[in-house]
Amino acid sequence: MVFSQARVRTRTRFREIVMETSKETSADTSADASGASSFATADAAGAALAHASYDSKIEGNVIFTRVDAAINWMRKNSLWPMPMGLACCAIELMATASSRFDISRFGAEVMRFSPRQSDVMIVAGTVTYKMALAVKRVWDQMPDPKWCIAMGACASSGGMYRSYAVLQGIDNLLPVDVYISGCPPRPEALIEGLMKLQAKIDGEESTRDLKAAAPADSIEA
Amino acid sequence: MTTLQTAGQEAAAKVLEKFTSATRHEFRGESTVTVKLEELRAVMEFCRNVLKLNFLIDVSSVDNMGEEPRFMMVYELAKVDDSVHLRVKAAVAEQQADAGEVPTVSDLWATADWHEREVYDMMGIRFSGHPDLRRILMWEGYPYHPLRKEFPLAGRPSEMPDVAFTGEAPMADGPFVTSAGSTSRVQGEPRAR
Repeated sequence: MVFSQARVRTRTRFREIVMETSKETSADTSADASGASSFATADAAGAALAHASYDSKIEGNVIFTRVDAAINWMRKNSLWPMPMGLACCAIELMATASSRFDISRFGAEVMRFSPRQSDVMIVAGTVTYKMALAVKRVWDQMPDPKWCIAMGACASSGGMYRSYAVLQGIDNLLPVDVYISGCPPRPEALIEGLMKLQAKIDGEESTRDLKAAAPADSIEA
Repeated sequence: MTTLQTAGQEAAAKVLEKFTSATRHEFRGESTVTVKLEELRAVMEFCRNVLKLNFLIDVSSVDNMGEEPRFMMVYELAKVDDSVHLRVKAAVAEQQADAGEVPTVSDLWATADWHEREVYDMMGIRFSGHPDLRRILMWEGYPYHPLRKEFPLAGRPSEMPDVAFTGEAPMADGPFVTSAGSTSRVQGEPRAR
């Protein structure tokens, strides 16, 4: 897989990957760049050919990486939230999105009020039984891959509402990736939760999941 | 004695003058008249049309489980200019509540429409003559009336496919309740009792 080096330069994972820019080797390594074999050849050839990048016409702007790493990197840095604001946690969610805390530093500032454009549902507030199926319905409308953050005590466990009217945790209805404690959590806590989610996404096996999700005939193409 | 207290006493006295079976009660300057359920409709019409109490602040209900009659309807009446306050109560037996023998006042005060729906939803008291007696907070088809005393705080499981469901909340040694009127703050804190 080939990327502009400038965009990935800051990530340590990519720094370890040896760049292959010489005319002699680029043809055969780019042919199977995603496999483990490219690492073996890259390691061996890298030390000997490192000088070649300086006088190459493409000046080190070609980088090799794994498809998983690239996909995860793209996904985790542009998480578009579905703000499921149901109670006071939504106020903290709004504070997190605004200038002082600025969730856009983590690529998650694009609040989408259409579930079809969202990646992560932030359940911020008390989920009553009357609202529960509506939350589930919005979740079902979100396209894969999707993640869920249960923000605060109510969304995580029902919180102080041990009551006939309140769902005792949104994980009774949909899979939750990150739980954030607090009543309500401070914006720092939400950002911490978002970073935890980013770390989780970074470890996912995205290509395997994509292949598992796709119909068999579409993989051939 | 404030003018508001005096006005409340005067209003209560006028009700008692017309409805001789009604009783009067005063607590912390607030006047309450308790009437028979059969007379409730006439009393409310009197309050609205003769006493000109044009503001229905609230309609609520009390469940005195174990006593007879079991329920109590409570109406908080006032004038919009806040010159008079009067509370009207009427006891309702359980079979009267089920049979819908409590008259609606939603034609006298439009606001009673939703208040009575809430009383019906939470306490199960039905109103005769109400234009649209549906549940207002819980969904149609929910099988319980949650504010009745026999209903547990944790709730009960129920299921309506595609509409809603309920479960039982884990109480974890609770419910945790405060002690009103305790001598120290520590004793007043919420505890499992």
